[in-house]
Amino acid sequence: MTARPGWSLSRPARAWLWQIVAVAGLAALVLWLGHNARVNMAQRNITFGFDFLLHPAGFDIPFHLLSWQLTDTYGRALLVCSLNTVLCASMSIVLASALGLLIALMRLSGNPLAAGTARAVMEVVRNTPQLMQIFFIYVAVLQSLPPPRQSIVFGWGFFLNVRGLLIPSPDIDLRMLLLGCVVLGLAIAGWIARPPGSIVGVIVGPLLLLAWAVAAAFSATWDLPAMHGFNFTGGLRIPPELLALWLGISIYTSAFISEIIRAAILGISYGQTEASLSLGLSRGLTMYLVILPQALRTLIPPLTSQYLNIIKSTTLGAAIAYPEILQIFGRTVLNQSGRAVEVMTLLIAVFLTVNLLVSAAMNRWNRRLMAQGR
Amino acid sequence: MKPIWICLTLAVALLLPELPGRAQGLNFPGPTVENIKKRGMLVCGVDTGVPGFATQDNAGKWKGLDISYCRAIAAALNTDPDKIRYVPTTAAARFTILQSGEIDVLIRDSTLTFTRNNQLGLEEIAVNFYAGEGFLVNKKLGVSKITELNGATICVITGATLELNIADFARSNGTKIGTLLFDKPEEAVQAMEAGRCDGYTDDTGSLAGMRSTLKNPDEWIVLEGVISKEPMGLHARAGDPAWNRILFWIHNALLTAEEFGVTKANADQLKASSNDPFVRRLLGTEGGFGKLLGLDDEWALRAIKVSGNYGEIYDEYWGPKGLNLPRGLNSLWTKGGLQYSLPFR
Repeated sequence: MTARPGWSLSRPARAWLWQIVAVAGLAALVLWLGHNARVNMAQRNITFGFDFLLHPAGFDIPFHLLSWQLTDTYGRALLVCSLNTVLCASMSIVLASALGLLIALMRLSGNPLAAGTARAVMEVVRNTPQLMQIFFIYVAVLQSLPPPRQSIVFGWGFFLNVRGLLIPSPDIDLRMLLLGCVVLGLAIAGWIARPPGSIVGVIVGPLLLLAWAVAAAFSATWDLPAMHGFNFTGGLRIPPELLALWLGISIYTSAFISEIIRAAILGISYGQTEASLSLGLSRGLTMYLVILPQALRTLIPPLTSQYLNIIKSTTLGAAIAYPEILQIFGRTVLNQSGRAVEVMTLLIAVFLTVNLLVSAAMNRWNRRLMAQGR
Repeated sequence: MKPIWICLTLAVALLLPELPGRAQGLNFPGPTVENIKKRGMLVCGVDTGVPGFATQDNAGKWKGLDISYCRAIAAALNTDPDKIRYVPTTAAARFTILQSGEIDVLIRDSTLTFTRNNQLGLEEIAVNFYAGEGFLVNKKLGVSKITELNGATICVITGATLELNIADFARSNGTKIGTLLFDKPEEAVQAMEAGRCDGYTDDTGSLAGMRSTLKNPDEWIVLEGVISKEPMGLHARAGDPAWNRILFWIHNALLTAEEFGVTKANADQLKASSNDPFVRRLLGTEGGFGKLLGLDDEWALRAIKVSGNYGEIYDEYWGPKGLNLPRGLNSLWTKGGLQYSLPFR
């Protein structure tokens, strides 16, 4: 290879040069923006610092997993509402995956009724705005439920009304919880160590967990919801905001996930299905043992970006009063403390952390599947 | 040219800077008014839509107490009150829009507070509506006082200090009031009507307005009492004292007009016939008060003829024929209220 005139650098060296230029440019831009912000803030006598996180918040957070009092700090508010975001995101990831798989399998089933229904659902969901769907579920479906005093009674302490879904909450004692941890560990170990293709290995873990759940349910003392004053007290209350956001995000994303799954399955040549059927495997086993394991490899990268989308979509909850991180921290805390730059920096940091963690976990899973090779 | 003419010209040239405005060290009528005159119209920042303060009717015409103030200001400046450009502003963006110079004055049921004056650097001109944070609840709850709201959930809009007021009240009274935060008043009220929460909170003026838009207004009541002070009024940018004085005195002119019985209908007649020195100064029959503001002498007369006096404006939107909110603190000082004009002398 002859050296080109004017370009005495080798190819890798040039690649390095461009990378360095790009990184330097980016660093300069960030520095310039930071400098700009600092000068402007200094002009307006605004100080920068995170000490405000220790100040008392003084407002109410209507739904919280951790305990929350009016006198708690802004820092705890960040923790409480981040957890609300993570809760809704993880619930949505589970439901969206399950619904997506269901719709994909319905479309591939060959049954015209199932395939047609799945296709219609997918097209309607995929082609209307997500926020509109969430509003529809919240306003048209959940707000037309009866008031607390005329709740729909399901029995066994289950109530549904416009204030949410009330369920009995179990009070499980410590020994039972410890046993649960052991069972969960066994189930995970069994899953990892199961021989390839073994159905028994797949079923044993969930069976163990189910057995524990039944035992725990009988040993626990149950706190039943009951009408008291304005509202129900006791039990667990799932607010309609969480339900609407959960269903809205899950249904919307499941349409995209179903297409990803369908594409991955159709990407496996039909010869494999025929070969498997001719070996005497049933259609279900063919899907489970032959097609899905191969489809997973092409499935994971696009699935990862859908999961990241779900996490980011939880911020739509701010529109329907779900106390997630954008509403509580990005609005109320920002409005009360006036610390716009700090609040936004923390918001970005929380989302980056959560999304990078999920991304890393998915990539690890992807690499493991790749390593098994063909 | 004869020497006498040269002397006279010199004398006039020397006297010119001694005209009233310059004499007080002020550049009348100030850059804001000059801009308005050049543009030919007032640009008024108002609410996006709260009955009583600022709403648009079917024909797109703006109405309300704040709108009447915009019209009075436009008339006082001798610009066309029907040609005002109204800029609807949200709770979150209102002060930024004012600071950026997009509007001349902000009249948007906004509370005058210490931080808005000193942290945001805005001029707080006058209070045109005294209110407090109150509660709108369903009659079926059987609640008559705010302290009985223990355990209730209230729909609130974010971007103001409403939730903090509630939390402060709950803490100091040992009650527990839950809040549910919404972006826009319509969504919050919709959730309340569906029964998702027990009530809605805002300043008492907006509550009366909101109540009128509900499906069955008779099922809802505004609870007696308030949990905070919300003096709402006119905000202007800092840096143009002449403009601030004009706004301040237009507000005082509307109050004085009510105090001395000057109305939309009788203003012209009183200008010619009244013997009361305050009325004569207000309407420009004597005293030359308009020139001291950098305006002409009929500034207040035009404002009153376009919008009516403060009482007329209040009655039009908040009186028995309007939203039916008792005047309370917004009565004149002579009737036990807080609306008090500085004297015209």
